[in-house]
Amino acid sequence: MAETALTDTVASTTRPPGLRGIAADWSSDQRAFKNVSWGKAMMWIFLLSDTFIFSCFLLSYMTARMSTTVPWPNPSEVFALTIGDKKIPLILIAIMTFILISSSGTMAMAVNFGYRRDRAKTAALMLATAAFGATFVGMQAFEWTKLIMEGVRPWGNPWGAPQFGSCFFMITGFHGTHVTIGVIFLIAVSRKVWRGDFDVERRGFFTSRRGYYEIVEITGLYWHFVDLVWVFIFAFFYLW
Amino acid sequence: MTNAAVHVEGQQQLLHTHVHEALAPAATHAKGQQHPIKLYLVVWAWLFVLSTCSYLVDFFGIHGHLRWSLILLFMVLKAGLIVAVFMHMAWERLALAYAILLPPVLVLVFVAIMVFESDYTHFLRVMFFAPTA
Repeated sequence: MAETALTDTVASTTRPPGLRGIAADWSSDQRAFKNVSWGKAMMWIFLLSDTFIFSCFLLSYMTARMSTTVPWPNPSEVFALTIGDKKIPLILIAIMTFILISSSGTMAMAVNFGYRRDRAKTAALMLATAAFGATFVGMQAFEWTKLIMEGVRPWGNPWGAPQFGSCFFMITGFHGTHVTIGVIFLIAVSRKVWRGDFDVERRGFFTSRRGYYEIVEITGLYWHFVDLVWVFIFAFFYLW
Repeated sequence: MTNAAVHVEGQQQLLHTHVHEALAPAATHAKGQQHPIKLYLVVWAWLFVLSTCSYLVDFFGIHGHLRWSLILLFMVLKAGLIVAVFMHMAWERLALAYAILLPPVLVLVFVAIMVFESDYTHFLRVMFFAPTA
């Protein structure tokens, strides 16, 4: 029933500003998110719950790091790469950050072209996003391999507090899983865009609901969230 | 009296805009989020600049409170740009924005609890489990 999803009545679009408007929306005894489709609202609520999961990971990392009496390994040195003769601190992580930000940029533009019903550009930009994401996962696999070869394990490492390994594998592993799922999600949706499913409003395989370009934006929400989580991991785990 | 007059006037204006929208549905009602591509490119560029800045904090080895506050500043700015522009939260209804953005802020309470807890654990470890001479 996609038709009911985007109701656009005067009652739903006009509201008093600020907190009064929020109270009016929430107490309207119908639906709290007036002009937001169920798909988008559900993705936001899922992302909220995912935020709590990553918050718990980062919090447990903070607790481990604050309560240990053994010095924490210096991430700046642990993640340094020797390029040529120079040892550059944290360079791989910096490149990964730029790649993920670029993928967010292409995703945002894909959403835009989707709503303009530009099939080819939308699909191409989504595939570019997926390619950036796959590159990111590849670099992460390289990083894991390097650290494991150097002797980092969930129960210990050569440089200091043993919790470093478990925090690192848990946090970056979970994030990498999210990126991987995102890449699969992107490829699936871009295939549908390319095939023109959303122009003819072809019904979905599972849901048998009419397809609409909004799914590109919903996919985008997930992808931007993956980028958002990386912003926090980059700040707290790699830079702190 | 004047209040009532203003109210009626406001309602008429609402009615007017509604009629106007109904007359020109396709033109004014482009479906979904529509913003110029330039906006995304500008935000993209800013994210690059901010990431470079936070990388340089590490590169130049800035330490202590300056390091932490710079890291947090760049982090919050980047997160804000991504949520507001890329995820379109700036254009969503406040009812959704508050429902999604307020709960994560409350995680800070959890952070405070765990800071106390880990300080306490650290204190115990230093007091009773430190290697003695």
